[in-house]
Amino acid sequence: MKILVCITHVPDTTSKINFKDNNTRFDTTGVQFIIGPYDDYALARAIEIKEASGATVTVLNVGPADTEPTIRKALAIGADDAIRVNAEPTDSFFVASQIAEHAKAGGFDLILMGRESIDYNSGVVHSIVGEMLGIPSVSPVMKLDLDGTKAKLAREIEGGKEYLEVNLPFVAGCQEPIAEWKIPNMRGIMSARTKPLKVVEPKTAESGVKTQKFELPPPKGAVKMIPADNVPELVNLLKNEARVL
Amino acid sequence: MPILVFVESAEGKIKKTSLEAVAYAHAMGGPVTAIALGAAEKSELENLGKYGAQKVLHASDEKLNQGIIQAYAEVLVKALQDENADVLVLANSSLGTPVAARVAARTGASLATNVVSLPETASGFVVKKSIYTGKAFSFVELSNKKKVIALKKNAAELKEVGGAAQVTPYTVQLPDALFAVKILSSEKATGEVLLPEANIVVSGGRGMKGPEHWGMLEGLAKTLHAATGCSKPVSDMGWRPHHEHVGQTGVKVAPQLYIAVGISGAIQHLAGVNSSKCIVVINKDAEAPFFKAADYGIVGDAFEIIPKLTEAIKAAK
Ligand SMILES: Cc1cc2nc3c(=O)[nH]c(=O)nc-3n(C[C@H](O)[C@H](O)[C@H](O)COP(=O)(O)OP(=O)(O)OC[C@H]3O[C@@H](n4cnc5c(N)ncnc54)[C@H](O)[C@@H]3O)c2cc1C
Ligand SMILES: Nc1ncnc2c1ncn2[C@@H]1O[C@H](COP(=O)(O)O)[C@@H](O)[C@H]1O
Repeated sequence: MKILVCITHVPDTTSKINFKDNNTRFDTTGVQFIIGPYDDYALARAIEIKEASGATVTVLNVGPADTEPTIRKALAIGADDAIRVNAEPTDSFFVASQIAEHAKAGGFDLILMGRESIDYNSGVVHSIVGEMLGIPSVSPVMKLDLDGTKAKLAREIEGGKEYLEVNLPFVAGCQEPIAEWKIPNMRGIMSARTKPLKVVEPKTAESGVKTQKFELPPPKGAVKMIPADNVPELVNLLKNEARVL
Repeated sequence: MPILVFVESAEGKIKKTSLEAVAYAHAMGGPVTAIALGAAEKSELENLGKYGAQKVLHASDEKLNQGIIQAYAEVLVKALQDENADVLVLANSSLGTPVAARVAARTGASLATNVVSLPETASGFVVKKSIYTGKAFSFVELSNKKKVIALKKNAAELKEVGGAAQVTPYTVQLPDALFAVKILSSEKATGEVLLPEANIVVSGGRGMKGPEHWGMLEGLAKTLHAATGCSKPVSDMGWRPHHEHVGQTGVKVAPQLYIAVGISGAIQHLAGVNSSKCIVVINKDAEAPFFKAADYGIVGDAFEIIPKLTEAIKAAK
């Protein structure tokens, strides 16, 4: 069993988002980077499968050299080797093209990703990779159990769940509670230093999508406090001031 | 050049987000051809005319009654060709988003999801997208001739602009290979207001102390015709089902009104609610960070405030 896990290198969920250079670039000042939380679920499930029934787990990231500590963290959590495609992940189609290229070459049985990246939130890379490889893609997957060459999945839908069955290989975008996030231990951290991390150059892929600039939402006005003994006043304000009732 | 709009229905009704997609395409200049897949009521389809659809294609093959993404993508790729349409518009959803991605990959279209505004066309075709889980926006240029646009809720205003649309049956060959994913069963909350679509959300956190106290929140939600939501620890502990969990790693909501009770307002929770129009926070701790993100706040005990609030709303009706 060969599993490919695609990870993003994204700002910690508590980060304040700022832009620089006339709102054309993300400002990394003071920002901590992490493995995307959904990608972390994908990785955790891959490691569980490896521990339960044997598998090799390869992690892949499309990103410049500064993503390497994040990739090493995935190796410390238990992935066997890693690929970094040396390019700015400018858009979903470009990223998916790189992933599809390596997925094809590597002959993976299972390609696990996060439900969405928490920077672009597009939630599309898994589907595009599936389409490029001509295999099914399912997202967001909350449960994934392998059964020979088949898998049983639970997928979240609006207000409920769907239970699915699909043959390998396929692509899954993962979310909780598919597995528990794993924290690297000392041995993992030591061994990650010497695990193979291959750096490859990207293939060209024209996507017709270009980010021109960024914008922050307008600042929130001050909160209006209502005394606890005057709850009807809240209803009045919601009705006549905010006009949401 | 017509714009194709994929519409979804839930419990026999076209989803509001799909009506918004039709209104969006109309505002882009149309003409608009809507397409519905699987079982759908004729009157509901005709009704799409009100929001700007000239024509509605109905692919009623019963194989499409289940939302199989590869099959849906196949039908839409074919319909784009048949209608000679360059643009596909749909609503972001568990079905819409993956279908959009596959159609874009197949047709070589420029793709944008989480779109929140109409395109600006002064220089190029530029749409505004929500990114960083609602903490920022980006302006992206879609430069290919073909474009696929997936809308976030509230991206277009619903206005009545026309009468009944003409509904035409639409058939597509659907090879078995498209049905590689089998849906064995599904569980769906019925009759309740669905969280991602709701105009009002009443959400509870760890401050509610236990699942046995949710009746109170459900009572408030019922009075407001609202959906119920919760914080992550609440669903982690199994007090509430996972699909009610709001935030960075859960459902992102964008209601008119979000009422948070006994939720501290961690940044990961806020990431799921920051697109709400109005936020009310009820917390017994005046220092709870959620107040900074709120429009209205009450410092007080949930168990005293909730019944009073429910009463006050009933009285004001
Ligand atoms: C990567 C990551 C992703 C995450 N994603 C999410 C997410 O998607 N959604 C999410 O919600 N969280 C998420 N979290 C968790 C988040 O950080 C917080 O831990 C969580 O939101 C806290 O939930 P809470 O507010 O219900 O509980 P608490 O923080 O325990 O707050 C309870 C609140 O209730 C108040 N309270 C207590 N009793 C009463 C009473 N009687 N009446 C009124 N108020 C009362 C308290 O003053 C307190 O403010 C994530 C965390 C991480 C690290
Ligand atoms: N730059 C990247 N490198 C590797 N995997 C990625 C990258 N961007 C996105 N992915 C994967 O695709 C998933 C969906 O991303 P997105 O479509 O951007 O929301 C993520 O959760 C990752 O698993």
